[in-house]
Amino acid sequence: MPVGLDLPQLIFGRLTWEAIPLHEPILLWTFAGVALGAVAVLAALTYYRAWGVLWRDWITSIDHKKIGVMYVVLGIVMLLRGFSDAIMMRAQQAIAFGDAAGYLPPHHYDQIFTAHGVIMVLFVAMPLVTGLMNFVVPLQIGARDVAFPFLNNFSFWMTAFGAALVMLSLFVGEFARTGWLAYPPLSELAYSPDVGVDYYIWSLQVAGVGTVLSGVNLIATIVKLRAPGMTLMRMPVFTWTALCTNVLIVVAFPVLTASLALLALDRYVGTHFFTNDAGGNAMMYINLIWIWGHPEVYILVLPVFGVFSEVVSTFCGKRLFGYASMVYATVVITILSYLVWLHHFFTMGAGASVNSFFGIATMVISIPTGAKVFNWLFTMYRGRIRFEVPMLWTIGFMVTFVIGGMTGVLLAVPPADFVLHNSLFLVAHFHNVIIGGVLFGAMAGISYWFPKVFGYRLDPFWGKCSFWFWLSGFYFAFMPLYALGLMGVTRRLSHFDDSSLQIWFQVAALGAVLILLGIASFLVQLVVSFVRRESLRDVTGDLWNGRTLEWSTASPPPLYNYAFTPQVHASDAWHDMKQHGYVRPLDGFVPIHMPKNTGAGFILAMISTVCAFALIWHMWPLVAVSFVALIVAAIIHTFDYERDYYIPAEEVARIEGERTRWLSAHG
Amino acid sequence: MAELTASLSQSVPPGAGARFYVRDHHPEHPTMLGFWLYLMSDTLVFACLFACYGVLGRSYAGGPTGADVFDLSTLALNTTLLLLSSITYGFAVLQIQQDRRNGTLFWLAITGLLGAGFVGIELREFAHLIAEGNGPQRSAFLSSFFTLVSTHGLHVSFGVVWLVTLMIQVAQRGLIAANRRRLFCLSMFWHFLDLVWIGVFTFVYLMGVLP
Repeated sequence: MPVGLDLPQLIFGRLTWEAIPLHEPILLWTFAGVALGAVAVLAALTYYRAWGVLWRDWITSIDHKKIGVMYVVLGIVMLLRGFSDAIMMRAQQAIAFGDAAGYLPPHHYDQIFTAHGVIMVLFVAMPLVTGLMNFVVPLQIGARDVAFPFLNNFSFWMTAFGAALVMLSLFVGEFARTGWLAYPPLSELAYSPDVGVDYYIWSLQVAGVGTVLSGVNLIATIVKLRAPGMTLMRMPVFTWTALCTNVLIVVAFPVLTASLALLALDRYVGTHFFTNDAGGNAMMYINLIWIWGHPEVYILVLPVFGVFSEVVSTFCGKRLFGYASMVYATVVITILSYLVWLHHFFTMGAGASVNSFFGIATMVISIPTGAKVFNWLFTMYRGRIRFEVPMLWTIGFMVTFVIGGMTGVLLAVPPADFVLHNSLFLVAHFHNVIIGGVLFGAMAGISYWFPKVFGYRLDPFWGKCSFWFWLSGFYFAFMPLYALGLMGVTRRLSHFDDSSLQIWFQVAALGAVLILLGIASFLVQLVVSFVRRESLRDVTGDLWNGRTLEWSTASPPPLYNYAFTPQVHASDAWHDMKQHGYVRPLDGFVPIHMPKNTGAGFILAMISTVCAFALIWHMWPLVAVSFVALIVAAIIHTFDYERDYYIPAEEVARIEGERTRWLSAHG
Repeated sequence: MAELTASLSQSVPPGAGARFYVRDHHPEHPTMLGFWLYLMSDTLVFACLFACYGVLGRSYAGGPTGADVFDLSTLALNTTLLLLSSITYGFAVLQIQQDRRNGTLFWLAITGLLGAGFVGIELREFAHLIAEGNGPQRSAFLSSFFTLVSTHGLHVSFGVVWLVTLMIQVAQRGLIAANRRRLFCLSMFWHFLDLVWIGVFTFVYLMGVLP
């Protein structure tokens, strides 16, 4: 190397044309598809002159309802990516036996299973549940927005740009080949010198900041902004689960941030936290990451427990059975979820007493969870059950989740775990609870609240198709994996020698195809429902004869949610209002205090992403410039004091008057 | 100021709606709780770093120990500056409560100088260690030491930047409600960093020089 300044390397760091995967036909075709799709979307936006609307009404929106919708859209888009990874793996494992190598080289296959896990947990399940909480919680507690509306917008964009970084790794460079938690020493510089792990670290760091802030935001919202009369024990169960989830987010995600920061220091500075030499300790990373990782799965599942509670009580026309026990069960799960992380690595060899403690603590979680299942069953008992689509998802969940829970208790037995650790039995177990729990719950929540969001419900026929394909697809795809796991097949393999196993993988691939049909039905459902929206219209705002406050306002709700803040007297507030002959207020409106839209969140998140990209590729000047820009932009934002405005009383009267006319016209 | 006081107005609209809604509802401002929650999340970041130091703090890998590299006299100066800065921030808060803009600015400036002095001494200590070949790459002990202490130092530096920004805003707009809220958040942040430093001081330095 000649001494002197290598300018391109200084500016572009490690990024060269080599990083563009022109030699990988699969990626090239994907890129062509994505590029065409992007051009089509951009062209459509320009043709319909939608850029201004997009910027004013969505990107800069601090309305919790719109941000909730954007989270769910992000989750669905990323589901398509995560599922593409899934079906590629299923196809590979169904054919790669004996002499057949399959179509995915190990180098690529390893990136796919890593990306699949990261995307499905952090960029599908998280946005879906966060989106539901964002939309529903302020409405359920009778608030006009979240506690910190600007922060909410910023959180969303950090999550979205984190997802964008993962997507970018598909076409510029590569993703980690380490598995979704990037265990060292494999993820250390010595064994993963390329950019894959760096993409992993920085996309999660960017998204993680967003998640922590949204957790803080929703806790403050629930604690401070409840309508008068809504005591803690009168909160809807979904709001309770949201509160516990966000407490878990605030106590768990900083641990992720810290562990990834330490891994980054090992890779960038040359420290020795998790290295094999100079006193580093790789098991410390594995402890830390699971101290985040185990609460994380409860962060995903608690809100959907809330969804199922709302759905069951609405569609059985009854108060939820055992409200108080439901709340206590949720709180107990919240606490216990922080005390079981070690069950992910009993094989570390911590000794019999440590393993026993964590094994028993894990089994104990099944008690409050079981109490919840019985509460749902007793709510159904002697209820007038309406088998609408959300209820179908709920029943599908109850059956499926119980199976997943039982295999979880099996895995919690340390001696059994020594046999089943890292086997396909484990893979089947966590898909059983995440698909059967989180995904079914998100689908139940989407079909339950969709009419509230858009003013028309989803077409039930395609909803039922989606449900049955997903349900049957799940069983076909994962029951064989339980069997394979018991036979000793380990996870993350791209090739098998024993051809007697092939039939099981072929059945699992069939299951993946059924799930594909389930996803396709869901997409068709969205289009069909939009086309038929007039006949699917929710006129009253209370389509399902709901029980909680969100059903007391219009569908879709006005910008300010409630013209007057509701006064709460009972746990099912809206049901109670209907019982006492509630009439809509028609006059006497007052000005409503609301926050203003701002582009600051989007801009800050974008600069953070540029900084992350520069860090990934070692573009040091750009790192410095973007970091300074980030601080300066944040400071400039704090000089903006004009952050709110009043909706005049006349405007409120006009909006409410329109609804009055609409109700009488359709009455 | 209306937004700071928890006024739960129960003025009832006329007619049948009285049972169902309140006309004008002003919930308490959530910023203090929100910032407190953020501090709790930051506490967990520090908890992880302390835990790492707890695990790796004696993994010297043949390199120097705490007793070899820690200079307790610099540390005493350092700690004094930071603890004093907490007291001077307290004086600033007293001035805020008496609605004195210039007094507030004066004590904030003193606080900022003490904070900057703390960071400066810490940077000197780091430069000294690195120059002697005892940088964070030397051993797991030094990795965890540098990370814990510099994370705290980064927080203090960030606090100083925040403090300067707030001084400009107070100078421009005076002690309005929004600025008071921000000053109280920074106050919590500053005292929080003081508390963390007491942990670092005891757990890392004092216990580190024990045989």
